[in-house]
Amino acid sequence: MYVAVKGGERAIDAAHDWLAEARRGDPAVPELTLAQIREQLALSVARVMAEGALHDPDLAALAIKQARGDLIEAIFLIRAYKTTLPRLGASRPVETGAMLCARRISATFKDVPGGQILGPTFDYTHRLLDFALAAEGGAADARVPDPAQADAAQADAGPQADAGPQAMPHVLGYLDSEGVIQPEPPPDPEHAAPPPDLTRQPLELPADRPLRLQALARGDEGFLLGLAYSSQRGYGRNHPFVGELRIGTVAVELDIPELGFAVEIGSVELTECETVNQFAGSKAEPARFTRGYGLVMGQSERKAIAMALVDRALRWHELGQDDTGAPIQDEEFVLMHADNVQATGFLEHIKLPHYVDFQSELELVRRLRRKAAESGRREAAE
Amino acid sequence: MSEAGYNFAYLDEPTKRMIRRAILKGLAIPGYQVPFASREMPMPYGWGTGGVQVTAATLVPEDTLKVIDQGADDTTNAVSIRRFFQRVAGVATTTRTAQASVIQTRHRIPETPLAEGQILVYQVPIPEPLRFLEPSETETRKMHALEEYGLMHVRLYEDIARHGAIATAYAYPVQVEGRYVMDPSPIPKFDNPKLKSAAIQLFGAGREQRIYALPPHTRVVSLDFEDHPFDPAKADAPCALCGATGAYLDEVVVDDAGGRLFVCSDTDYCETRRAEGRVGAAAE
Repeated sequence: MYVAVKGGERAIDAAHDWLAEARRGDPAVPELTLAQIREQLALSVARVMAEGALHDPDLAALAIKQARGDLIEAIFLIRAYKTTLPRLGASRPVETGAMLCARRISATFKDVPGGQILGPTFDYTHRLLDFALAAEGGAADARVPDPAQADAAQADAGPQADAGPQAMPHVLGYLDSEGVIQPEPPPDPEHAAPPPDLTRQPLELPADRPLRLQALARGDEGFLLGLAYSSQRGYGRNHPFVGELRIGTVAVELDIPELGFAVEIGSVELTECETVNQFAGSKAEPARFTRGYGLVMGQSERKAIAMALVDRALRWHELGQDDTGAPIQDEEFVLMHADNVQATGFLEHIKLPHYVDFQSELELVRRLRRKAAESGRREAAE
Repeated sequence: MSEAGYNFAYLDEPTKRMIRRAILKGLAIPGYQVPFASREMPMPYGWGTGGVQVTAATLVPEDTLKVIDQGADDTTNAVSIRRFFQRVAGVATTTRTAQASVIQTRHRIPETPLAEGQILVYQVPIPEPLRFLEPSETETRKMHALEEYGLMHVRLYEDIARHGAIATAYAYPVQVEGRYVMDPSPIPKFDNPKLKSAAIQLFGAGREQRIYALPPHTRVVSLDFEDHPFDPAKADAPCALCGATGAYLDEVVVDDAGGRLFVCSDTDYCETRRAEGRVGAAAE
């Protein structure tokens, strides 16, 4: 006799046990500590914080460990945690002009006040596997320069590096003062609406630029990379130059109503990219450069640059340009598909049971085939 | 007892209030998709986050919850969601349709008719019935506002012209109280007649951030044509376990030779009938 399959409950428990075992791997190999992940996989931690939209390097490290290194899974863990946290208030806008820069480059000017700082970049490394890193312990440590040499190296990397914290003006400001770039006046603080919160209000279209940038900042790095790349290859091209790319820490200030003034509550690492885009002008606008903007938590140049290209492409309407029908110009297409937690969930859900839907399709196909066969026979008989 | 560190039924009270407002608006405008600020839930999008949020906002401690997926209480995702609410809300659970005050479902409506006072919560992947005719949300909202459903009728007509029948077997579109065209979620069209129900029916789409609803006894009509009336087809066989002829059936492959068996998709319905002594062909 046929007995219906049971035991979903036991299967789930067993699967979870197996997962825990697989996550740990060979018990003869020492377990990873969160500090190791935080310090040595810092760019993974940065991505999880950026797309998880929560600044907490320790929690991000925990999520990466729990997710077995699957970063989208780790981002999901962080999002699901963040959603339960109360919103105590909104910080003041961070002042990226006062960023303590670890890296700051401009592709549009050979030299700029404040100098170019290469910082910790892969850009000019030769991508040769460094087998010295494979030798654990002594050999790897030997590659870390001693502090005295490190100071000298930093002085070479940029004149600003040893000068301590000081305001570093934005490169695009120089173009701004000449009037050759589209101005971006700060909103009037008296009348400015509070910034929208994508996690507290449903996304409704058309979205304004702050909401678009918020969605892009949380968006999937790979998706933005692909979109930006497509625009470089001609699908909605916008001719970008990296006016400035800077990475560093900024202070976060919160207004405390009881005190009546703002208090610095901590600092975060940010990557900011401002692009200068060629623009010949339209009926509505005189010829001048335009801007794209990318701001990402942690060190993530790829995403910041991609975000700036996507931002600029989405501004076609505001700047009186034509819609060429490129995906990157379609706000709804970009915003509805940029979130990797949503995308991966919906994609992977098709592995859940769909017996019922499939059964109804199966019966429909059989019926349609039967009908077609019958009418074929009728025609043959006639 | 509910999980330490979390509010009753997981969501915080302001979030529940926001969802309840969306539900009430949905009940006031049957079939209209109400945007709501869907939260990230501790299960992935596509696993029923919309339904889970609606259930969380609906549950009170006295409730008895039933969760089904594909009609069954013991499919893995039904087990997982039921456990979630046992853990974070501590409510009583049941597999018996008649004993549940709240039923969360994916892809089926229980065979046992629902009664007044019961709430049926659907998990919805794509709430927009016009989505695959028009990909833009901005456009489809306009089409609903203007009651512009010609495109849908053209599609159904094209099906008939091509196949001689409307080639939609699940997520078959309905019109609610003569106004909004609504996606009933991917239930088989066999279940469509049960959409006119004494229970409150709530639909939650988490990823798409929409809630919609059917108050009790709402008129729900499956779209059709006079000369091609709606046909709630199903497998032409009785259940092999309980002998039911009027229930939706799963087809199960039982041997290497491709032998098939048809059994009730609603496990509670089937078990209840067998407990009453009804026997199908395979159980004799």
